[in-house]
Amino acid sequence: MAIATNFWIWIAALLTLAIYSFLYKDNPFYKFAEYLLVGISIGYGISVYWHNTIITKVYNPLVYDKNFLVLIPLLLGLLMFSRFFKNVSYLSRIPIAFVVGAGTGLSVPSSFEFLFKQVYATMPLKLDFGSLIIVVGVISTLVYFFFSLEHKGFVGRVSRVGITFIMVAFGAAFGYTIMARVSLFIGRIQFLLSDWLGIIK
Amino acid sequence: MLKGKGIPIFITFLVGMIMIISFFIPHKPFGDIEKISLNWYSIIAGFTMLLGVDSLIGMHFRKLKRKDENWFFSLVLILGFTATVVVGIIETVRFGTAFDDKSYFTYIYNYFIVPLQSTMFSLLAFFIASAAYRAFRARNFDATLLLITAIIVMLGRVPLGEQISPYLPKFTEWIMQVPQMAAKRGIGLGISLGALGVSIRIILGIERSYLS
Repeated sequence: MAIATNFWIWIAALLTLAIYSFLYKDNPFYKFAEYLLVGISIGYGISVYWHNTIITKVYNPLVYDKNFLVLIPLLLGLLMFSRFFKNVSYLSRIPIAFVVGAGTGLSVPSSFEFLFKQVYATMPLKLDFGSLIIVVGVISTLVYFFFSLEHKGFVGRVSRVGITFIMVAFGAAFGYTIMARVSLFIGRIQFLLSDWLGIIK
Repeated sequence: MLKGKGIPIFITFLVGMIMIISFFIPHKPFGDIEKISLNWYSIIAGFTMLLGVDSLIGMHFRKLKRKDENWFFSLVLILGFTATVVVGIIETVRFGTAFDDKSYFTYIYNYFIVPLQSTMFSLLAFFIASAAYRAFRARNFDATLLLITAIIVMLGRVPLGEQISPYLPKFTEWIMQVPQMAAKRGIGLGISLGALGVSIRIILGIERSYLS
């Protein structure tokens, strides 16, 4: 294999190296890549929103289906910009109220669903060591986060067990996160050595 | 009348209740109203993103205008943003969609965003490890437990772990399925109870800080 001749591969490789240069110390190359990522990402986000929402959910229904109802959310959305004008800034509360109402309304049934599912899953179908540990772990973790009672005496001892479970969970989550990051690192090194430099196959 | 908080609170209550009722009664008219509300929600929520973008770009424009420290990087950000949007528009005209495999917009995603993002995240491997060394040095029982669990999970997920002991991957799996799951479930239950409480307070108009 030989070194890449593709212009785009070179761009990706140089940007990768610019980010890794931060391992030495903060420098202009890293800053350049960092700011570029932010700029491009928001540009991409806007384009995706334009395509998936404005075109698909507003323009197409309005032009092809003559669905004039979509003008209402468009108008409500535009009201958000009233924040920039002091004398009418109160109008921005209307779309915010709609978004907050929909968000909280959606979260109520989904929270209930989650609660019931998790409580159901915690109930042991057969009494074995693992099920017992799960029951003890869930209850003691909940007790640790229950601040209406002072963590003294029996409650204190149960919450102490809860901390132990929480530490195990955080340790596992931490180990998992590191592994995920390391696998990303391996992916980038593979890209540099294979796709760019052609040293490995 | 519009200047007060009454109408926004009523809108929040109405929309919130429609969402809750339509979950339990997904038939007409609630099912249709929920569908329309969700559609409206995604359109309006997008405008909040536009507000954020406006704020960010505005801030960098001001930095550029004042020639503040690092103004050059603000220019890079603005140019990156503008170029992506312009390429998106041009490629939409060319291909009918900016997301065509041959469009330069897709190239921007594949050769700028993907490598930059994955490299940025992979960089965190080094910093998480060094920060963890400083923060979680085995000073007490809890920190030791966290450290040992992390090491076992890391070793149990790679071939080296199986070389050390064939029981290590199984033990890792047990940690993930039993004690980790128990604590995660406890935390999850707490979070959903909290979310439920806050949502009900907002829908009933008790919590109004989002309108200030």
